[in-house]
Amino acid sequence: MPDTMNVAPAPGAPIPGPAVEETEQTILSGARRAHRRRTRNTWLLRLALVVVWLGSWELVVGLGWIDAFFYSRPSRIWSRLVEWFTQGTDFGTIWLHIWVTVEEAVIGFAIGTVAGVVLGVLLGRSQYLADVLAPFIKAVNAVPRIVLASLFVIWFGLGLTSKVATVVVLVFFAVFFNAFTGAREVDRNLIDNARILGASRGQVLGTIVLPSATSWILSSLHTAFGFALIGAVVGEYTGAQAGIGFLIANAQGTFDTAGVFAGMIIITVVALLAEWGIGRLENRLLRWRPNVGAVAAPLI
Amino acid sequence: MSPPDRPLIELIKATKRFPGAGGTVHTAVRELTMAVAPGEFVAVVGPTGCGKSTTLSLVSGLQPASAGQVLVNGAPVAGIPDGVGYMFQSDAVMPWRSVLDNVASGPRFRGAGKAEAREQAADWVDRVGLAGFEGYYPHQLSGGMRKRVALAQTLVTHPRILLMDEPFSALDVQTRANMQDELLRLWAGSGAAVIFVTHDLDEAIALADRVVVMTSSPATIKDVFPIPLPRPRAVEELRLTTEYVRIYREIWESLRVEVDRTRQRSVAHA
Repeated sequence: MPDTMNVAPAPGAPIPGPAVEETEQTILSGARRAHRRRTRNTWLLRLALVVVWLGSWELVVGLGWIDAFFYSRPSRIWSRLVEWFTQGTDFGTIWLHIWVTVEEAVIGFAIGTVAGVVLGVLLGRSQYLADVLAPFIKAVNAVPRIVLASLFVIWFGLGLTSKVATVVVLVFFAVFFNAFTGAREVDRNLIDNARILGASRGQVLGTIVLPSATSWILSSLHTAFGFALIGAVVGEYTGAQAGIGFLIANAQGTFDTAGVFAGMIIITVVALLAEWGIGRLENRLLRWRPNVGAVAAPLI
Repeated sequence: MSPPDRPLIELIKATKRFPGAGGTVHTAVRELTMAVAPGEFVAVVGPTGCGKSTTLSLVSGLQPASAGQVLVNGAPVAGIPDGVGYMFQSDAVMPWRSVLDNVASGPRFRGAGKAEAREQAADWVDRVGLAGFEGYYPHQLSGGMRKRVALAQTLVTHPRILLMDEPFSALDVQTRANMQDELLRLWAGSGAAVIFVTHDLDEAIALADRVVVMTSSPATIKDVFPIPLPRPRAVEELRLTTEYVRIYREIWESLRVEVDRTRQRSVAHA
């Protein structure tokens, strides 16, 4: 075979190969452009879905196919939101109500999470204790706990305490079961290794069991905060003097469907903000895990 | 200090039994009798699943013996004895800690301050050849590098007894030879007694002063072979010497019978 490397191309003859050679820059900028286009199209499509949904709702109400009295309409919900945020509600400023609900949810969430983690890890590490308590936990978990909200209003009154109690019972179980499983699934080798390295029982718990259960616990916090808001709103709905749940209950009482929807939207926004915060926390605490960012990214 | 004639590790007719499947009692090891002196490197070879690892569990105090005696430094083992290091077969480094903090965990558990522990750790990270990787998390490292972290994590506590349970079995051939050299280099002059469990006879001969051959399950000691190869050894070159080949053949004669027996038994079960 002739050594083609040394054969000079005839003068004027085109050099064989792709018409435009790809340099590192063109490859990278091409990839970036494709990524940007994809992101933009995703958002455009999302926007289109919202427009179609709200537009068709507005339209069918406008055409009189469904009754605005029962189903409200986007424009009316929007003006209710504007009214709440500019002039306030019939029961004071909207910020007060948001604050009341968030306060109840956050306090209950904190208490429920701590209790769930402590008891979950404890039972996860003690087979005997877990065996003893298993039937009780299953029974309590089977109770429709949301009904307890009524009891709590009777016991603790219309104020903060009864709502916090409702939130705690909802959050506790969501966190507890994950912490329990997480503490149970700890790699036996890691524990033995730590013990050989000189770790006491407490050190094993703090440096091995808790960190390894962390990914389980954190993933439960997403659902748990959702439960916290549900608990707070249902608690207020059952009996309260302030809060978004109270506004929704009041709107229901006056057949103000737009008010019910407006309350729903405010709760949704709060939940999304919390979800974002917990996601941030998760990424921070689980930095050591491979590809956490890559897994979470498509969900944003 | 124990008197110099006293072995550091002694097993006297040590037996370990477990409750097995279906109400039977499984005997992992029976009537093990062996002694390891300070500074001695003993390799234990035997067929797969014969109970080699159980021997290490007994010495480390992770499991108590069912019968017989296990002595470390002349005292019966109850709980984890002082000065024991243990390298596990699978990864036992903490995935949520950086290389430096993984290595620092031993001193930290033993009550050293954070700065002091990190200083000691940094020294060992450097000695196992991971300088520059202190801030990496285990998942960012190769299998061989993770083994280096585990090695540094064990050695930073200055163990007088080093128990190793097939620590390099998951590595590829070249990395394994590398790690064997590294282990010999770091162990030399440390005065630590080593029990190194492996099913790889090459590895056993290359590393040890003595090779202990175990029988098939329930395991007990079948033969003990001294390895009179001079130190320091270079693992890869060692294998080409006639002396090495002679020793290999001799031990393999003994081991082959047990390996065959284990194989036949597993075929019969299948």
